[in-house]
Amino acid sequence: MSATMPEPAQPFDDLAQQHEAAQLGMWAFLATEILFFGVLFTGYTVMRVLWPDAFVAGSRHTDLPLGAIETGVLLTSSFTAAWALQAVKRSRPREAGWLLLFTATMGVAFLGIHGAEYRHDDLAGVIPGIRYDEVGDDAPHEALFFVLYYVTTGFHALHVLIGVGLLCVLARLAFRGDFLPGNHAPLEVGTLYWHLVDIVWIFVFPLYYQVGRA
Amino acid sequence: MHRAEPSYLTEGSTLASWLTTHDHKRIAILYAVAITFFFFLGGIAAALIRLELATPHGDLMSADTYNKTFTFHGVVMVWFFLIPSIPNTLGNFLLPLMIGARDVAFPRLNLFSWYLYLLGGLFTVTCLLLGGVDTGWTFYTPFSTLFSNTHVVLAVVGVFIVGFSSILTGLNFIVTIHTLRTKGMTWFRLPLFVWSMYGVSLVMMLATPVLAMTLSLLAIERLTGVGIFDPSLGGDPLLFQHFFWFYSHPAVYIMVLPSMGVVSELITASVRRKIFGYRFMVYSIIGIAVVGFLVWGHHMFVAGQSMYASIVFSILSFIIAVPSAIKVFNWTATLYKGDITFGAPMIYALGFVGLFMLGGLTGLFLAATALDVNLTDTYFVVAHFHYIMVGGAVMAYLGGIHFWWPKITGRLYSEGWARFAAILMFLGFNLTFFPQFLAGAEGMPRRYYRYPDEYALLNVLSSAGAVLLAASYLLPVGYLLWSLRFGERAGPDPWGAKGLEWETASPPPPHNFERPPVVTDGPYAYVHP
Repeated sequence: MSATMPEPAQPFDDLAQQHEAAQLGMWAFLATEILFFGVLFTGYTVMRVLWPDAFVAGSRHTDLPLGAIETGVLLTSSFTAAWALQAVKRSRPREAGWLLLFTATMGVAFLGIHGAEYRHDDLAGVIPGIRYDEVGDDAPHEALFFVLYYVTTGFHALHVLIGVGLLCVLARLAFRGDFLPGNHAPLEVGTLYWHLVDIVWIFVFPLYYQVGRA
Repeated sequence: MHRAEPSYLTEGSTLASWLTTHDHKRIAILYAVAITFFFFLGGIAAALIRLELATPHGDLMSADTYNKTFTFHGVVMVWFFLIPSIPNTLGNFLLPLMIGARDVAFPRLNLFSWYLYLLGGLFTVTCLLLGGVDTGWTFYTPFSTLFSNTHVVLAVVGVFIVGFSSILTGLNFIVTIHTLRTKGMTWFRLPLFVWSMYGVSLVMMLATPVLAMTLSLLAIERLTGVGIFDPSLGGDPLLFQHFFWFYSHPAVYIMVLPSMGVVSELITASVRRKIFGYRFMVYSIIGIAVVGFLVWGHHMFVAGQSMYASIVFSILSFIIAVPSAIKVFNWTATLYKGDITFGAPMIYALGFVGLFMLGGLTGLFLAATALDVNLTDTYFVVAHFHYIMVGGAVMAYLGGIHFWWPKITGRLYSEGWARFAAILMFLGFNLTFFPQFLAGAEGMPRRYYRYPDEYALLNVLSSAGAVLLAASYLLPVGYLLWSLRFGERAGPDPWGAKGLEWETASPPPPHNFERPPVVTDGPYAYVHP
């Protein structure tokens, strides 16, 4: 054995208690995240009811194939993140490290594709406040669609970015052999966070890319 | 000569040892200092408002300056005093002690929350120095996004940041209560103060993110000129109000739930009896926390929402009076035939019950849609929420500070002065805000910097009351600081109160207990039933 079980942090009696606290803390944090994004989804619902035609027109501007690829990339990354946790539980920390690096790479790929989408939007002139060339009766209300689209995907991308950093740190810890079958709380809460990023996207994709494209 | 035991206060005396501490007790003190600073900052703004309104004419300041003054007063008092006051000071200090833990679950996060609080405060104060904001603390759109020429974004960023401080504190408390209770401390043996911290943490965690995102949208809208609240672009300003009050109504319970916890502790200790109906007190805390999320629409009766929505929100608002009333009845039943000690904490607690009742009952006036249409945006509303928020939160906060002062500092204060300040505060408070009910009922609108002559008498009374109130806030600063140096040593339990926090030394040692305590009985195990 290269590493031994570490001492629990100061407020805790033992590691089990510390893990329980870490997990509960992350679940509580994810609850706040859901309410955070909930405002945007509520806003979307209200605006869509108010201006259905403009929202249909707006959603035709998003890139469905790219959105589908992004969805695939994120789902794959969530899968490899979960796999990394399993690898640690089966005493294969190096495998976990590589899986985490792969997951982070998928995150970077997602950001890259999304950046390309934004670039494309900019050229098409559909970014309200920066460059907005749409005309017609629906154009002002279509702008509401785009505002929500950029705020939602922007905040989501920010979460992906933070997640990528987190995954790199976790990969380093995994390679260093810090995670043992009974001691992997940071990995567990880190992957929980990554799954949230994935789940938010699972709502973004149908709402902004698919609905209205009959 | 008695020598002081090693305590959390003697652990290190450099400024750095305080600013990098992970000890929940020291962080509580850091909060207390910062919060007191903001309280007096907001208080100065309040004094200026009352000074302007002492005469019917706008002779002290311009309408514009007046708008900025009451906005600053509201923003600072709501987000930098009322919301963090009890949870972040008394809660931080007492929560781990009361459940027999060595610290909160995430000590570093706890310190980080304090720095976030300061950073948010920095933005708000900078905003003031650059000229202030004139939107009112509610930042209603489209005024805040389209028309106001003041530093809205800066103020909003300050509130956004301090919101995260509050989310993280709530999260920390919830995890602490779930995972760090000592042996034998079951859920139904938790002191009511801990339960109130649990309830308030839930509200902080689940409501504040909504405010954060709403304010982000507001800032984006203001900066880019496009957004979902802007009616000229097809956006919906009513949506802003829904989001805003989805946070800000539960925020009222963030202010008053901790007070109820404090008052329960003060009353049971001063009567030396078990609290009456402990379980119902717990259920009513949870009930208030939950129903508090369902009543936001009563702020929008005249905003243009549908009549049916108003009816539903009106009924739900009446319903929340039920758990509140349970609390008042149970406090009264605890006092019944009790052997009451009228120390300063008890005077504050009784003051709280009185003011909370008046504030709560006038809340029922405002929950009735027909009456509300008449009373909206008058001084009646101002009086109502000051009774709840100031009468409730400040009374209980000061009561709690007095009650646990010997535990926090190891010193006793002057009982006579403390009682005098408590009584003065009750009188000053009523003189300040009761006339506002009358002025409001007669139709005086809020947020006006001058008024017709017939409201002069009521306003002069109110301004005179504000002077008494200010004195009652300044007095404790004096005698409490005095007690730090000259006060008698307190001993572990000067009041003969029950609870784990009284079983350790005053001030407590760095890790709270010599050995982890074991709990074998319910809370408030006083001899008398």
